[in-house]
Amino acid sequence: MKDYILKRIVAVILPFMCMYGFYVILHGASSPGGSFAGGIIVALSFIVFSTIYGLDEGRRILPESVLVWTESFGTLWYGLLGLIGIFKGVPFLANLLAGFKPGTPGSLFSGGLIPLLTLGVGIRVASTMVTLFFTIKEE
Amino acid sequence: MKELLEKVVINYPYLAAGILFAIGVLTVLTRSNVFKKLIGINIMESCVFLLFVSAGNIKGGNVPILDTANPKPVYVNPLPSALMLTGIVVSVSVTAFALALIIRLYNSYGTTDLRRIGEMDYEVKKK
Amino acid sequence: MKIRNVLIVILALIALYGIIISVAEMPPYGSPDNPVHNQVSERYIHKALEETGVLNMVTAIVLDYRAYDTMFETIVLFTAAIAVVINLKKYHDKSSSADKEDSLIK
Repeated sequence: MKDYILKRIVAVILPFMCMYGFYVILHGASSPGGSFAGGIIVALSFIVFSTIYGLDEGRRILPESVLVWTESFGTLWYGLLGLIGIFKGVPFLANLLAGFKPGTPGSLFSGGLIPLLTLGVGIRVASTMVTLFFTIKEE
Repeated sequence: MKELLEKVVINYPYLAAGILFAIGVLTVLTRSNVFKKLIGINIMESCVFLLFVSAGNIKGGNVPILDTANPKPVYVNPLPSALMLTGIVVSVSVTAFALALIIRLYNSYGTTDLRRIGEMDYEVKKK
Repeated sequence: MKIRNVLIVILALIALYGIIISVAEMPPYGSPDNPVHNQVSERYIHKALEETGVLNMVTAIVLDYRAYDTMFETIVLFTAAIAVVINLKKYHDKSSSADKEDSLIK
């Protein structure tokens, strides 16, 4: 796309969009939103970038190797965090039972395991959405 | 008849979900274009979400986030929202996979109309 | 073709009548005494902070009480992404891979 106004506006808006997505992901424990909504906002920032600036440019800032790694290790990260419970002798994916500190409610890292899981799922959803968009757009 | 209508008017979100579901079923049944069938399936999915989330609502209830300042709050049911989060993700996956299949179909036949694809197959078989 | 469309519309009208009848029999919308608000949701509302340490109850359900569910949900998304990539990915270096196969066979 050769539109000057769109390119300038996207260049200004894009960092805030991406940061807002991570804000929604990290504050899923104390405010509306969470991993899925935040992940889709992060993915949307990359999708807007590659729609306006062209698919090749999007591929350049987010190469396929990064997508493959984040996509496959999001699920593995979830499973590995769940295994902590098994090593401590409590059920799979146990949270407070496994000895994690609940923290002060409402703060950023409250709820023991939950912020870590949220971060993993959010990054996974974002990379999956970007992969789907790139693959279908390339066709 | 008046009693029935009053009950229906009280339950207006369920009625909206039902009408949307009927629209989705009609779209899937009457259109022969695959894209329109997919849109119909998506309409049906979203009306199921509407039905579940509105079933968990309480009039005048708060958002299901604990409010320590409020001494005796009434929260809406958080369970349907959590279940529908799963449903939305499954719907996104189904839509993406169906779009990929439709693109493959278009690449090999040159059309997304099921009726014309059937005619093409019939002609190939006749030869 | 016309008879088929008329038939479909008649079927849809019958289904709509059934929907209206069943909507009238549903418990009233927005009332706190509905059977949906049973002991399960009360447990989630009253014990979520104590058992998970999280203010947002939906997050508590999705990532703690039903974390196993969420794990397989992410796997569903992963599988969909893999299926789309397998279906649509074009291999641009087709000639070079064909050469490699030839060299392997030889």
